[in-house]
Amino acid sequence: MSADSEQQSIRCLVAKVGLDGHDRGAHVIARAFRDAGFEVIYSGLHNAPDEIVQAAVQEDVNVLGISILSGAHNTLVPKIIEGLKEYDAFEDTLVLVGGVVPDDDKAELKELGVAEVFGPGTPMEETIEFVRENAPER
Amino acid sequence: MSAEPDHAELVEELLAGKHRALARTITKIENRAPGYRNLVSRLHQHTGDAEVIGITGSPGAGKSTLVDKMANYYRERGETVGVIAVDPSSPFTGGAVLGDRIRMASNVGDMDVFFRSMSARGTLGGLSTATTDAVKALDAFGKDKIIIETVGAGQNEIDIVKSADTVAVLVPPGSGDDVQMLKAGILEIADVFVVNKADLDGADRTVQELREMVHMQQDNTASLATGHHGAGATSGHGADTDAESDDDGESDEETQSWEPQIVETVAKDGEGVEELVGTLADHADYLDASGLLEEKARMRYAEEIRNLLRDDVGTLLEDEIERRGGIEAFAQQVLERETDPYSVADDIIDPLEDCLEE
Repeated sequence: MSADSEQQSIRCLVAKVGLDGHDRGAHVIARAFRDAGFEVIYSGLHNAPDEIVQAAVQEDVNVLGISILSGAHNTLVPKIIEGLKEYDAFEDTLVLVGGVVPDDDKAELKELGVAEVFGPGTPMEETIEFVRENAPER
Repeated sequence: MSAEPDHAELVEELLAGKHRALARTITKIENRAPGYRNLVSRLHQHTGDAEVIGITGSPGAGKSTLVDKMANYYRERGETVGVIAVDPSSPFTGGAVLGDRIRMASNVGDMDVFFRSMSARGTLGGLSTATTDAVKALDAFGKDKIIIETVGAGQNEIDIVKSADTVAVLVPPGSGDDVQMLKAGILEIADVFVVNKADLDGADRTVQELREMVHMQQDNTASLATGHHGAGATSGHGADTDAESDDDGESDEETQSWEPQIVETVAKDGEGVEELVGTLADHADYLDASGLLEEKARMRYAEEIRNLLRDDVGTLLEDEIERRGGIEAFAQQVLERETDPYSVADDIIDPLEDCLEE
C-alpha cells in the first residue's frame, strides 16, 4: 500500500454535557464506534457547552454525539449548536443526541439542527448505520 | 498530481489564526487527502519558531496529566500551546478511542491551548507518520510550545526523537529492577527523565537507579559520539552536581554535553512542573548554544526527504507491479518454483536502474 493513499476515517466526539454523572452509555457507544472502525474522542463527564464546542472544533470531528440524561437538553444543546456556528463548524458536523428526550422536545431539537435523537434501547447497529450514511465528508 | 488542490485558501486562513482552518489542515494531513503535500509545503516557510517537546512513557505513567499541567504553566506565562496526543488504534478495525482529552481539565475553554487527538493508525513506534506534519501546522499557526504526547507503548517507542527537540521520558516509581535500566530503547532517548507519581513508595529508589544508569551511559557514549546526546565528554553539568550552572557550562569549551536530567513530579497536584519546565528550557538553550538544534533539524529534514522519496518510489513500483500483472501472479510463480523473490525484484528494478544511470 502506498503511504499516500487516502485514509479517511470517521471521527466522532462523544460528549457528556451538563450535570448528570452517568457515563456508562457513553462508554458503551464509544466502544461500539471503535469496533465499527471510527475514531472516537471521549471528553469525559460534566462538560460545559463551550468545552464541547472547543473539542469539536479542534478535533475536527465529522460527528458530535451528545449524551444527556439530565433533561437539560433544551438549554444545553442550543448553546452547543450556537457555538459550532460561531466557528463555522456547524455546517459539516453531524450532531446527534442520545438519552432520554420527550417526543415534543425531539422535534424541537431536530428543528435546531440535530440530525437524529436516539432514545434508550436503540440498537447499536442503527446508530452506527446512521453515522456511516450521514457523516459529512472531510 | 498537478490536478490536486493546492489549498491556498486554507493556508491563508490558518496563518490568519482561524482555529477551524488549523483543525481542518491537520485532518487533511491525517487523511493524506488529495493535495495534502501541497498544503504541507506551503506551510513549511512559516515554521521553525516553535519549541517541540516530546513526552513519552509507559501506559498510565501520567503523561496526559503532566501535559495538561505543563500547558497550563506555559499559558500562565502568556505563551500559546499546541498539544498532539497520540493514542493507539485497533489492529482489527482501525477504530480508536482517544481519551487523553479528558485529562486536559486545567485548560478547558482556553482556545489558545490547541489540543488534538491523533490515532496511531497502525504505525509502529507509537507515533503516527502524520504527527510530524501536524506539528508543522501548529508551528505555522504560531504556537510557541508544541507538546507531542506519544502512545503509551513501551520499551521501543523511540520515534519521538525524530519529531521533538527535547524528549522527556516518564518513569513511574517501581517500574522494574535495575536490569530494566540496562536495556536499550526508550531509556536511551531521554533528555529528561521524569519520575512522575513521586509521592508513591519506591520513587527514591527509581531516581537512584536512573541516576546510576545515566552515569554509566554517559561514560559509554562519551567516546562513541552517537549523535543523540552530542559528542561531548562526561564533564557536563549533572543533576547531582550543579544543574543550574548553565553560565559556567558555556565556558566549558567544546567539551560541554547534555547529561540527562532527572526531575520528580506529582502531575496530579502540579508538583515539580515548574522545575520540569525549567529543565526543558535548559535543554532547549543547550541545543541552541551547542548548534545541535540546527544539526537535529538538518537530520530531521534529511530523514523526511528520504521517507518521502521512499514512499514515492514505492508507489511507482506498486504501479509497475500492477502493470506486469500484479503481485499475486509473481507470488504464485515463486510458489511454483518457477522463479524466486530476488529474481523478481531484480527484473522489476532493472529498467529503473538503467533509466537512472543514463
